[in-house]
Amino acid sequence: MAKQPIITVKNLVKNYGDFEAVKGISFEVYDGEIFGLLGPNGAGKTTTLEVIETLREKTSGEVTVDGLSIDHDTDKIKQRIGVQLQAAGYYPNLNLSELIKLFCGLYGIDKTPAEMLGKVALTDKAKAKYKDLSGGQKQRFSIATTLINNPKIIFLDEPTTGLDPQARRNLWDLIREIRDHGTTVVITTHYMDEAEELCDRVAFVDGGHIVGIDTPNHFIDELVASGFERKKEVKLANLEDVFITLTGKEWREG
Amino acid sequence: MKKYSNTRATLAIAVASFRSIMRSPSAVVFSLAFPLIFIIVFANIGGGAISVDVGVAKTCDTSRADSLYQAIKQISIIHLEKNQSAAEMAQNLKKGDLDAIMDIQKHSTPPYYTLDIKYTTASAQKDGILSSLLDGMFFQINSKGNTVRQPIAELKEATVQGRAYKYIDFILPGMLGFSLLSSGVFGTAFVFLSLRLTLVIKRFFATPVKRYSIVIGEGLARLVFSWIGALFIITVGYYFFGFTLVHGLTTVVNMLILSAFGLIIFMGFGFIISGIAKNESTIPPLSNIVTLPQFLLSGTFFATTAFPSWLRGLADILPLTYLNHAMRQVAFEGAGLGGVTHDLLILGIWFIIIYAVAVKTFKWE
Repeated sequence: MAKQPIITVKNLVKNYGDFEAVKGISFEVYDGEIFGLLGPNGAGKTTTLEVIETLREKTSGEVTVDGLSIDHDTDKIKQRIGVQLQAAGYYPNLNLSELIKLFCGLYGIDKTPAEMLGKVALTDKAKAKYKDLSGGQKQRFSIATTLINNPKIIFLDEPTTGLDPQARRNLWDLIREIRDHGTTVVITTHYMDEAEELCDRVAFVDGGHIVGIDTPNHFIDELVASGFERKKEVKLANLEDVFITLTGKEWREG
Repeated sequence: MKKYSNTRATLAIAVASFRSIMRSPSAVVFSLAFPLIFIIVFANIGGGAISVDVGVAKTCDTSRADSLYQAIKQISIIHLEKNQSAAEMAQNLKKGDLDAIMDIQKHSTPPYYTLDIKYTTASAQKDGILSSLLDGMFFQINSKGNTVRQPIAELKEATVQGRAYKYIDFILPGMLGFSLLSSGVFGTAFVFLSLRLTLVIKRFFATPVKRYSIVIGEGLARLVFSWIGALFIITVGYYFFGFTLVHGLTTVVNMLILSAFGLIIFMGFGFIISGIAKNESTIPPLSNIVTLPQFLLSGTFFATTAFPSWLRGLADILPLTYLNHAMRQVAFEGAGLGGVTHDLLILGIWFIIIYAVAVKTFKWE
């Protein structure tokens, strides 16, 4: 099956004053995949995402989302995407149910809080406040708000940062489930094991440039073929496997 | 696909914001509890328990039964002091032990009476009451007892018609103004700064919502909240403290309309502060710079007439002065909105200035 690009970024440049955050990057995201933007802090990942999300003006370059240009069709694009921001809060003093209703109003969509919270297994937290949720619950709630408008693409900016291994695995399952329902997922992360496990394709961003874009397996094969060897003998399990085996796979509510 | 509705988005924000305000302790305390406590405290001082002590000068004409002196004597809250020497009176006036000294002179040609009254800055609050009482009384005398001469034009405005001017009639509109000021300035500044810092607004921008929907939605919620607060304060004032509503419900509606004007202007200050403030701890000092001078100088607790002229000049600039004045005109004097156009005009000028600055300083992210 030929892969259809749903996001196309061409020579994207973004300057903040004299500082060049993004220096002419190009890539495509295919319809129905989980695409990872990887790279160290300050590499330009979040800036790139925010330009695609129509939250920031680009300096130059071309970006199309689902066939729409970010130059003219910001409102239409906003109706087709779901955005989870890094470290974003929610309206104070409201419970999850009320927050979902608020977002339904903002998107102009009729959905019930029960339906949306059910999708992320937070039905029993409908009356809880966002600030009282555990880290994993917060991220799942954020993802629920991105799904309200039945988006074609959702953007997740470091959704697993700060989560314990169980919560992280639980979130991976949720993200895969969303992908399996036909939604394209664009994700940023600092965890390479996560990218390897979760992403269909990844792009490495460094210093405002893309330094590589491929499937995780292909990248690894290439590196091995070039003669790379880990210094330590490869063990058949790692410490996280030990953690999960000792503490169990079930995800705990905080 | 259904067409996107900005109205629906605006209302969704208004509902969310209203719920949030109702659950925020500080908003409820500032808008409802504080004004109520002030009213209870001051109305209890001001009703019955209060007495304005007026020294009667030795030269004062106290002779005839139908004289001005007798009329003043009838006013229950005025306590006349006759047994002190002129020197003692002057001394007590300075200390505030006497609130005023009066001297009535009788003449054979109009004006038949002249009332010299000396107030004291030591007792400005009571003098505000006394001055209002006398204003009303003089108007009554001029219009009733004087069939030949036309009433003096300046006095015509004070259509007191023999009603007692209670302190609640003074303090309640002032408290409404205070409530609107604190809700408008503090509330707006805090909400918009925190929505900006916690990236709530940024998350909103990732939805198709328009910027004006956010501002209007927030404003709408605050307006409804302030109206509920105003109705609550007016109801308590009316039923428990005998607050005067000259035209009943019409007066209440007029007061609510004035509240809306006031709130919108005060919210403008809030927008400016939320733009200038770097974090939440800088909001209280900035907000106090705006609210405290108005709270103290705009005739919230006592009439600005007691101020020295330089301070009155300052008071005459502040928007709350005009809101308070308009509120009192409407509530007690029974003026319609058409009767307070001067106040509304100055509030309009404030609106333009404030929002011109707000547009420049407001930050979305």
